[in-house]
Amino acid sequence: MTVDATTETMINIGLPLLLLLATYFTGSAVERRHYRSIRARELELRQLPAITFRTLPKRWQVVDSGLVSGSVVISVDYFKRFLARLRMIFGGRIHTYESLLDRARREAILRMQEQARELGASMVFNMRFETSSISKGRKDAVGTVEVLAYGTAVIPAG
Amino acid sequence: MIHSNTETIPGKQIVQFYGVVTGSTVRAKHIGRDLMASLKNIVGGELKGYTELLQEARNDALVRMTEQAESLGANAVVNVRFSTSSIAQGAAELFAYGTAVRVE
Repeated sequence: MTVDATTETMINIGLPLLLLLATYFTGSAVERRHYRSIRARELELRQLPAITFRTLPKRWQVVDSGLVSGSVVISVDYFKRFLARLRMIFGGRIHTYESLLDRARREAILRMQEQARELGASMVFNMRFETSSISKGRKDAVGTVEVLAYGTAVIPAG
Repeated sequence: MIHSNTETIPGKQIVQFYGVVTGSTVRAKHIGRDLMASLKNIVGGELKGYTELLQEARNDALVRMTEQAESLGANAVVNVRFSTSSIAQGAAELFAYGTAVRVE
């Protein structure tokens, strides 16, 4: 093996390994931090529920209403994508993508609720989700999703 | 202009229908944002550039839908729906549609 070939193999194998190791730590740290922020904000926004009912209870007195939405584009890290690719060989649950979608949906709801709070609303009803995968041109490159949550915010009378 | 994704507007009554109004926009991502996104793809987490891009695009679609409703003489759009489709590599269409109505 010539020196050039050795360095080439080193780069070809070493770099992905290094990335795997680095993102193993950074990726889970990013995810933990995100979950902490989600939980704190969910607690804060408990008074402004989002419901999926199509109509409001009759006794609700409403002065104003408006469309609110929240969206987020979120991606998994290199390590988790690697794990998912392995899973696709054997089949079964892909936990890393499950938590990705969970984070995306909860974040989208929170952003929608924050927009509703700015309007002075007390509830968001008829909430709907829209999820799309952003593939970046490659068909197999899952791991980046956009989630949109939208609904009708109601501003109560008095 | 009032928007709602329900068939009625709470506390108001629909007096006239004007039919379906639509608004759409096609966007391509630009190279600077894409570079940042590829980096973020490795680390994981939110791709803020894309979030903003899609939000702006969706707002544009809503504005176009609203303009169409206004030109028809409506003062509200009910049953608003969103739809996303990717047309070509790296380009997406953001589409909003609803029913233009007059409420009182």
